[in-house]
Amino acid sequence: MRLTIHKREESLGWGALVVYLGALALALLLCAGLLSLYGKPGLGGLLILFRGAFGQSYSLTDGLAKAIPIFLCALGVALSFRMQVWNIGAEGQFALGAIGATWAALTFSGWPGYILLPLMLLSAMLAGGLWGLIPATLKLRLGVSEIISSLMLNYIGARLLEFLVFSVWRDPASFGFPMTAEFSPGGLIERMAPGVLGKLHWGLLACPVAGVAFAVFLSRTRLGFELAASGEGERVARYAGLPYGFLVLLVMGVGGALAGLAGCIETSATLGRLQPTVLTGYGYTAIVVAWLARLKPVPIACTAYLLAALRVGLEVMQMELQVPWSFGSIMEGAILLFVIAGQFFLTYSVSLGRALPVCAGGAGETAATGEARP
Amino acid sequence: MVSKTWLRPLGLFLACLALALAGCKGGQDNAAPAAGAPKTGELKIGFLYSSAVGEAGYCWAQDQGRKALEKMEGVKTSYVEAVKEGAEAERVIENMARSGHELIFATSFGYMDPTLKVAKDFPNVKFMHCSGFKTADNVSNYFGRMYQARYLTGMVAGMMTKSNLIGYVAAFPIPEVIRGINAFTLGVRSVNPQAQVRVVWTKTWFDPALEKDAAMSLLDVGADVIAQHQDSPGPQEAAQQRGKYSIGYNSDMARFAPKAHLVSAVWDWAPMYEFIVKEVRAGTWKGGRALWWGMDKGVVDITPFGPMVPKAVQDKVLAKKAELVKGVDNIFVGPIKGQAGDVKIAAGARAEDKDLLGMTWFVEGVVGSVQ
Repeated sequence: MRLTIHKREESLGWGALVVYLGALALALLLCAGLLSLYGKPGLGGLLILFRGAFGQSYSLTDGLAKAIPIFLCALGVALSFRMQVWNIGAEGQFALGAIGATWAALTFSGWPGYILLPLMLLSAMLAGGLWGLIPATLKLRLGVSEIISSLMLNYIGARLLEFLVFSVWRDPASFGFPMTAEFSPGGLIERMAPGVLGKLHWGLLACPVAGVAFAVFLSRTRLGFELAASGEGERVARYAGLPYGFLVLLVMGVGGALAGLAGCIETSATLGRLQPTVLTGYGYTAIVVAWLARLKPVPIACTAYLLAALRVGLEVMQMELQVPWSFGSIMEGAILLFVIAGQFFLTYSVSLGRALPVCAGGAGETAATGEARP
Repeated sequence: MVSKTWLRPLGLFLACLALALAGCKGGQDNAAPAAGAPKTGELKIGFLYSSAVGEAGYCWAQDQGRKALEKMEGVKTSYVEAVKEGAEAERVIENMARSGHELIFATSFGYMDPTLKVAKDFPNVKFMHCSGFKTADNVSNYFGRMYQARYLTGMVAGMMTKSNLIGYVAAFPIPEVIRGINAFTLGVRSVNPQAQVRVVWTKTWFDPALEKDAAMSLLDVGADVIAQHQDSPGPQEAAQQRGKYSIGYNSDMARFAPKAHLVSAVWDWAPMYEFIVKEVRAGTWKGGRALWWGMDKGVVDITPFGPMVPKAVQDKVLAKKAELVKGVDNIFVGPIKGQAGDVKIAAGARAEDKDLLGMTWFVEGVVGSVQ
């Protein structure tokens, strides 16, 4: 008797939900076990986590507000991943967006919000987009791997941001601390309804707009179709006469612009000024989110929110249970790992039964694992 | 037979379940109360740290202060560590305020704006922000005059160096760090006017490998004493490996490099935190204040000297320390020259606290730039 693994011929449909929930349950159970080993209430800890993430109206709005930059960055990287262009540079494009927005906010600080804010959004998207075009150009002209160049540009972007706030943009009133002056009221993205919706701000509007544009572009336009077709690889695309080079520039530029938009929103809405601490790794989280959501917009939104809610809940759990910070990271890692591992069952089915060995070693198309030994 | 392969994960699964249930049962009693009013008479105090507490360094020293408060009657403390500055800090501070913490210590500079934002919504909660410059009706700030301890450790370095070149592994070019380097250098040159202090910026607060490398680069160019600002013991280890000397910071770093470690400049937050809590209890706590305590109140200190520090050196440093403990602080009294030899503080003049808090220039004797 063997455990055999087959590739599924039909997709799981609603069964996928069962797989995801099962993976989540297993991960949470493992976390509860770890908490107990640490001498803290296991399931009680999970309840605190759950309450912290979803229990109050402010937990919901906190999670939503935190999900905004993750969603926008994830949408950006998903676009390029769809045609197998590996843009790892959302973090740097986010930084450039923050820089672009700050430039506009500081230069035209006297302007009213209805002119200044669009200008900030525009210059942020432009800066982020151009930053995304660098690895695209390097890839097309010199054959440089965009994985390496976009990753390296993250560090350059972060250093550039640091340089600016440590020198030319440093607020003279900040006692030498690395931060720009606070943006003028016109440069601030306001909260929607501070009393009711907590920290939720108008930047949220960018998400449905970007999400719908993303979906429409991919499913309803010729370019979107070409983009999907190019996902089969560069040679296929070129052979089919698709404008591969243009498409690479497009996805990297638009992806960069989306990350830049996120940078602008985060800087203006949550910090109100530029500080190096605006960079907290959303650009990297976005890659995980895009993959987990299999590059589809609605799942990206759900995943971004759930991950943000998880982090919000973990903060509450850390405070109430007095567990170390690393506990939160371990739990987040465990949950992601289980869910990603669970995706295996979406593509493959495992069954018990007599399998015909393909060759003596048992390796082959149907890889056999877990042979029982007496 | 197949069942065996399945048994293992199943067993693990059941074990986890059992553990979780056991933990739940055992922990139900001491589970933290839900958000709501604190018990009467009990003062709930929250702390935010910028990095993990670990076993040495700035946040560890802060946590020692918290533990001292825990010993006071009717005080309950909690902390959240590795809180990122910005949106995350705002959420954590808000959660603390909501869950009945009446006094919140935000122990890192980057928590300043988030603290003020939350303070506006929770007028009955008292906030103490460390190392910043903004206050409000229910926000005061506090810090310690670490530069006094830096000056003393500089004296030790100045007397122990043979190459007259001292290396300083610096964190970020912000006033707190620059002030420390300046006081250290003034200490060095008070006993050894020929010596120079060479600065390397790592732009990190905790990166053991990078900070060790930075120390190595200073040792490579001839430094024979290494001072540092970051939390990691990397620079200490580098000095010991090369058979040179080192000076620690934040907490006693002797155990990381017993052969190299001369002395550490250290924090002791307990007296200040106890004072603040007593004020809150007595109803005399006020917002809008800046507490900046020195060695006279015991917030900053130096550790015992390493065995290689001669008695004569120790005596000289301790004599200066005795002055500071009495409250006589003439460290930033002119004439003090800048790097270019220009007079920054005129003879007899004393730098005001606001100048010290916003210091962005190096004194004469420092080799390096403030960028």
